[in-house]
Amino acid sequence: MTIAAPTLRWAVADAITLTRRDLAHWARQPGVIIANTLLFPIMIVLMFGYLLGGAMTVPGGGSYREFLLPGMFAMTMVFGIGATMVAISADAARGITDRFRTLPMAPSAVVAGRAIADMLTAVVTLAVLIGCGLLVGWHPHGPLGDTLAAVGLLLLLRFAFVWVGVYLGLVCFANPEAVTAVRTVEFPIGFLGNPFVATATMPAWLGTIAAWNPLSSTTSAIRALFGNPTGGDHSWIAQHSVLMATLWPLALIAVFLPLSVRRYRHLS
Amino acid sequence: MIVCEQVRKRFGKAAALDGFDLMVPKGVVYGLLGPNGAGKTTAVRVLATLLRPDSGKVEVAGFDVVTQASQVRRRIGLVGQQAAVDEVLSGRQNLEMVGRLYHLGARVARRRAGELLERFGLADTGGKPVRQYSGGMRRRLDLAASFVIAPAVLFLDEPTTGLDPANRNQVWESIRDLVAAGTTVLLTTQYLEEADQLAATISVIDAGRVIATGSPAQLKSRIGGDHLDVVVQHAGDLDAAVTLIRARLATEPSVERELRRISTPVDDPITALTQIAHALREKDMAVDDIAVRRPTLDEVFLHLTGRTEALA
Repeated sequence: MTIAAPTLRWAVADAITLTRRDLAHWARQPGVIIANTLLFPIMIVLMFGYLLGGAMTVPGGGSYREFLLPGMFAMTMVFGIGATMVAISADAARGITDRFRTLPMAPSAVVAGRAIADMLTAVVTLAVLIGCGLLVGWHPHGPLGDTLAAVGLLLLLRFAFVWVGVYLGLVCFANPEAVTAVRTVEFPIGFLGNPFVATATMPAWLGTIAAWNPLSSTTSAIRALFGNPTGGDHSWIAQHSVLMATLWPLALIAVFLPLSVRRYRHLS
Repeated sequence: MIVCEQVRKRFGKAAALDGFDLMVPKGVVYGLLGPNGAGKTTAVRVLATLLRPDSGKVEVAGFDVVTQASQVRRRIGLVGQQAAVDEVLSGRQNLEMVGRLYHLGARVARRRAGELLERFGLADTGGKPVRQYSGGMRRRLDLAASFVIAPAVLFLDEPTTGLDPANRNQVWESIRDLVAAGTTVLLTTQYLEEADQLAATISVIDAGRVIATGSPAQLKSRIGGDHLDVVVQHAGDLDAAVTLIRARLATEPSVERELRRISTPVDDPITALTQIAHALREKDMAVDDIAVRRPTLDEVFLHLTGRTEALA
């Protein structure tokens, strides 16, 4: 059997092969994947939207559920980091990554395939969440262009956290405790932001920290783009939320994409 | 097919490979035998392009593992200590994926997956998720995956660790088939029996370097030739039997009293065996067992490394 030389074409073909592997996982265990990605945000929407929501008032006015849903969209994008990290570290720990590294495939394909598969998952997850949002009375009120821009910013945020997840997965695979630790830290990150409550209601110092959370920038930006209540934050970062919702993810990608590739090349 | 010259690899302060030399000719099973931490796995990872050596020359199938890694990767297969297969996918999907990553094309990859499932006795279970496979089936799938292209060199790093004897035999059978097809196999193991069963040549490795090389028979002869073992039926006969053997063979026998066993090196095993058996019968000393045996690889290993405990 002869094997062609590696080219850009193979890099693409190999990434697609590994993306297909993840799609095959979808087909083989749809229940697990739905439970992992959708159950949590839906539960939170029901809990905060209905159970606690009655006691919530949004500074600057507006429906709490309309305020909450964009926060859930953004938080789900960030929490996708757990799935990325677990997938990457499981492959590395079980020797599957080693098998790939002994094959004459494009080295970029392993991380690229992961990123493509996770982005496809993110698109499906987001579509389902938006559908759920519409069911509980959330609506985008802005022009279509703004709505699409908001979806774009959400996926950009997910893309940034794919690379954070790939990097952390490659660093932590040898000890499962580290993977659990990172997944635990997700929660304070999600709550130390503005998805649930407006930063204006927090003590000033805490509000400032929460406002500078990348998650908050995306949440503020898409609230504005969807025409949902924004929570009356008049800080500089909140006033420039669309800019920051673009810069934050780009900065994360600029740091973690090269780190991930470097880490993969130097696996031993 | 494999050449290592003065290879060194350090992890922090510890030297995993410390002047490692190896020369493996084409088409043989070559055993790398050593205890845990001797450097076997590091050697395999360097050879399989997973780990860069700090210094020294490493060639596989005529290509340098550092500067020509992609050439090497088109010619090797690796079976590591754990079955590197996707648990969620079926056996067939795993093999097709590996075929595609070798750029065989969808149709050829599918056909090859079918052939390999057949050959490794997985045809019936090829459609089931690997999660439902037994340990032995996973191993065989793992072997099959490293055989998607018939590799020139196959690295087997402790391929039967954790398998029961029946599954171990099945894996051994598969390995013999692969060698018959012309592949050169480098096998690491801490099971002496495995090396004895499969390998034509063995290098014993300790503390990151090769301390002895030869066929199993040659290695065994390095700690002396044959031994005559006598097990007497009654413990009371032991001392008399030792005196008798010492007188007849002019050797100094060793005695294991609990086992009632006397063991002595012999130059001419058949003559010694008949002579001693005859003499014992004359003295009316009942014998449970009398036999000539070659030293085990275990004894060879202990002798070579100067260790006091057996390996497996």
